[in-house]
Amino acid sequence: MAETIDLKLHVWRQKGPSDPGKFEDYSQYAKGISTHASFLEFLDVVNERLVLANQEPIVFDHDCREGICGMCGIVINGEPHGPQKATTTCQLHMRTFRNGEELWVEPWRAAAFPVIRDLSVDRSAFDRIIQAGGYITARAGAAPDANAIPIPKRLADEAMDAATCIGCGACVAACPNASASLFMAAKIGHLNTLPQGQAERDKRTLAMVAQHEREGFGACSNHYLCEAACPKEISVQWIARMNRDLLKAAMTYKPEPQRAGGDG
Amino acid sequence: MELRSNAPTGPIETRWERHKADIKLVNPANKRKYEIIVVGTGLAGGAGAASLADLGYKVKAFCYQDSARRAHSIAAQGGINAAKNYQGDGDSIYRLFYDTVKGGDFRARESNVYRLAQVSVDIIDQCVALGVPFAREYGGLLANRSFGGAQVSRTFYARGQTGQQLLLGAYSHLSRTIAEGKVELRTRCEMIDLIVEDNRARGIVTRDLVTGKIEAHLADAVVLATGGYGNVFYLSTNAKGCNATAIWRAHRRGAFFANPCFTQIHPTCIPQAGVYQSKLTLMSESLRNDGRVWVPRKKEDCTRDPASIPERDRYYYLEEKYPAFGNLMPRDIASRQAKFVCDQGLGVGPEINGVRRGVYLDFADAIKRDGKQAIADRYGNLFDMYQRITGEDPYRVPMRIYPATHYTMGGLWVDYNLMSNIPGLFVAGEANFSDHGANRLGASALMQGLADGFFILPYVIGNYLAQAGKSKTTESSAAVTTTLREAQTRFRKLIEIGQKGSRTVDDFHRKLGTLIWDHCGMARNPSGLKSALGQIPELREEFYRDVKITGSGEELNRELEKAGRVADFFELGELMCRDALERDESCGCHFREDHQADGECVRDDEHFAHVAAWEWCGQGPEARDGNHKQHREALSFEYVKMAQRSYK
Repeated sequence: MAETIDLKLHVWRQKGPSDPGKFEDYSQYAKGISTHASFLEFLDVVNERLVLANQEPIVFDHDCREGICGMCGIVINGEPHGPQKATTTCQLHMRTFRNGEELWVEPWRAAAFPVIRDLSVDRSAFDRIIQAGGYITARAGAAPDANAIPIPKRLADEAMDAATCIGCGACVAACPNASASLFMAAKIGHLNTLPQGQAERDKRTLAMVAQHEREGFGACSNHYLCEAACPKEISVQWIARMNRDLLKAAMTYKPEPQRAGGDG
Repeated sequence: MELRSNAPTGPIETRWERHKADIKLVNPANKRKYEIIVVGTGLAGGAGAASLADLGYKVKAFCYQDSARRAHSIAAQGGINAAKNYQGDGDSIYRLFYDTVKGGDFRARESNVYRLAQVSVDIIDQCVALGVPFAREYGGLLANRSFGGAQVSRTFYARGQTGQQLLLGAYSHLSRTIAEGKVELRTRCEMIDLIVEDNRARGIVTRDLVTGKIEAHLADAVVLATGGYGNVFYLSTNAKGCNATAIWRAHRRGAFFANPCFTQIHPTCIPQAGVYQSKLTLMSESLRNDGRVWVPRKKEDCTRDPASIPERDRYYYLEEKYPAFGNLMPRDIASRQAKFVCDQGLGVGPEINGVRRGVYLDFADAIKRDGKQAIADRYGNLFDMYQRITGEDPYRVPMRIYPATHYTMGGLWVDYNLMSNIPGLFVAGEANFSDHGANRLGASALMQGLADGFFILPYVIGNYLAQAGKSKTTESSAAVTTTLREAQTRFRKLIEIGQKGSRTVDDFHRKLGTLIWDHCGMARNPSGLKSALGQIPELREEFYRDVKITGSGEELNRELEKAGRVADFFELGELMCRDALERDESCGCHFREDHQADGECVRDDEHFAHVAAWEWCGQGPEARDGNHKQHREALSFEYVKMAQRSYK
C-alpha cells in the first residue's frame, strides 16, 4: 500500500507583493512521497523538511481540505488546481503524478490578486464584488413564511448550480484576460434566477460588473478556460445570462430617487 | 461561585416571549454609539454581526481566513433542522425540543433547547429570503428529509452542501452591511487575548497574520463565535485552521469552560492513510442505509483481498450484536464498536503505529439487490469523493471507514442570554456549550449557529448594553496595556524557543492528538485518563523547551501561528481529560468503560445531572488540583422525563 514517488519540485518563492520572486528547486525535499497523500499534504511534508533544515516553509493558503471552502488554489504545471478535472488542489492526490515527474508550482497570477507571499494571493477583490451587490436585502425577522413563494424545482436547481461556486479564483487564474466573469456571473445568476432576487436584479448586475472593472479584472472574450478550470464545473452559460441581464439593466434601470428626510 | 442560568421560569412555551418582553432596549439613536466586536464569521458570527449592524450598532468583525466566506460552517453536508412540520408528519416545536434534550442524553438546559426549537422556524424563512437555494419539490414547495434517525422529516437541505449555502447566505448578508459601512471586517486576523477591566469584557487583542502586528481593539461588548475545539485531536474533520485560542484565552481571563469532555465522533469517515495525514474527511452517514459493516473474523485475513474472504469468515459485528438496529445503530455506539474490533486486531487497511484502524462498509449486497445504477443514484457523489481520496473503487472493493472527531458540544459556559460569567462577553454557536448536552443530533449544528446569530444575540446584547452603558476603557487603561504586553511577550517567547528547538509544531500536535484520542476519545477509563494527565504536562514542557519555529514574529509566519494554537490545545486537552475523569458516569458521547451495560452508556443522574464549569486558576493558591476549579450548574428536567436509551 505504501507506494512512494520522488518528484522534481520547483516552487515559486516571493517575499511580498513588490518582490520579483523566482522558482526554487526543492527536489531534494520531495522524495519518498506517498501516492495516497493529497497535494497539500505533500507540501506539508516538504515544509516540515524545510523547517528542520532551517529554511522558511512555503506559504500556501488552505483550510477545510475537503474541497468546499475555496481557500486553497495553486497553479500546478500551468493548470489552476492541477491536472484533475473538477478537483480542488486539496482534493488532488499524488497518485495523479508519476515517479520522477517534474512539477512547477505557482500562485494564481492576476493583477487583481496581488501575491502576499509565495503561493498565497490577496483575493479580497472577490469580496468587494459581492459587497457591490451579491446579496438580497433581508433583515432578520422580516421574512415571510418560507413556503409563501413557491419556487419551481427547475429554477431552484438552476440557482443551486450557480450558487455552488466556492470563490477560489481558479477561473481568474485560467483566463488569459484574468477576468473574473465566471465568478461574478455565478453569483449574479444565482440571485437573478430566484424570485426573491428580482427586486434588486438590475441594480445588482450593474453594480457588480462596475466593481469587477474597478478591481482591474479583464473582460471575457469567450475562451472558456474558466469553465475547464472550475472545480465546481460552473458553466460559461452563466456569463451569457449575465451579459443579457447587463444589457437589459443598462437600458432600463432607473435608480430610486434619493430623498433627504422623511415625507412627514 | 453560584452559576445562574438566568433562564425565565414558568411555562416553557412562553419563556422566550416573556423574556423578550422584559428585555431592556437601546434607543435607536444611541445604538450607533455602541461598538460590538464579533470574532469569527461562520453561521453564528456572520449572521450575528450582520444582524447587530442592521439594528444600528457599530460592529467590528474578525476572521483568520482570507474571507468571511471560508468559515468552517461551510463544510456541513447534511442539512438544517426546523420544526416547520411542512410534511404534516407530526413534527412540532415540542417534538424537536424533546428529541434534542433526549438526544443530548439529559445534559442540556431545557429552556435553551426549547428556544432553539422555537426560533428554528424563523431561520428557514430568513434563509429563503436571503436566497438560499434549498431543495424543492415539483410544486415549488420546500423539500425535507429525515436525518440521523429522526422519526419525522424536518431537515431542509441544499444538495450535500447545506452548510455552504447557509454560510454564503450569511456572508452575503454580512457583505451588504460591510458595503453600507456598518461593519468593519478584518480578515487574516486572529484573536489572541481578551481584555477584561472591572470584571467586564472590554475588547480583544489580535495578531495580524500578514504583518504580525499585535494590537488592541476596544468595544462595549465582545462576541466569540469561533467554533469548536475538535482539532485538539490533531486529526479531525475540522478545517486545518480551526482552533481554540479565542475561547481558551477568554477562559484564562476568567470565562468558565463547560463540559470540555463532551466531544462527538462521527462513525463514517475515511480512515487515516499515513502519518502525513492532515485531516479526516467525513462521508454522509446515509451510506449506512445500504452498506454492511464488517471486519474479518481472523486476524490473518486482515490483509487479504476482502472479496476472497468467505461469508462465514466475515464478522458483521453491528448486525450480530444489535439485530434490531444493525448497521443503523446511533453514531456513538457504531463508532465505539468500530474502535473495539480494531483494538482486538481485526481492523483493515494500512497499519499505522502498529494498528489497522478501519472497518469495511460493503455495498456488494446492495448492488446485487438493487443494481449498480440504483446505488449510484443514491450515493454517486459520495462514491466519487471516496475514490478521489483513496484511489479505490467502492463499487468493486468495500469502502473502508473509521470514526473521527467532528463536533464539540463543550465550550464556554453561557447563561440563557448567551453571556459568559464575564459580563459583556457573549459566546455563540459551537463555541458555547449550551444546547446539545452530551451529544448533538444531526442537522442541529447549523440550526444553533443561525439561531444564535440571527435571532438571539440581537436581543440579548441590547439588553446588556442598555444596563451596562458605554465602556470607559481607553487605549491607555492598565487592562489594555497589560494584556497587550502579555500577548506580545507570549509570542516573543515562542520565537525565542523556536530558534533553538529541534522538533516541528506539527510533530508536537500529532503526539498530543494521539494521546488525547487514545485516552479521551471514543472510550475513556480512569487509568487511561490518569495516564494522559501525567503525560500531557510532560509533553507540554518538552514543547516549551524544544519546539522549532523558523522566521520572526513581525511577519507572516505560519509556524508561529500554529505554535500559538497548539500551546493552547495542550492546556485544553489536559482539562478535557480532567473533566472526563471527574464525570464518573457515561452519558451521550462521554463513554466511560467503567460505566456501561453491554456497550451502552449508564448515566448517574443522581450525581451528574449538572454542567461542569471549570474556572482557570493558573498556578494560584486557589487551585485544588492543577490549574482548575470546578463549579456546577444543576440541571432540572421539568418537561422531558429522564430515561435510559436502549437499542436492544
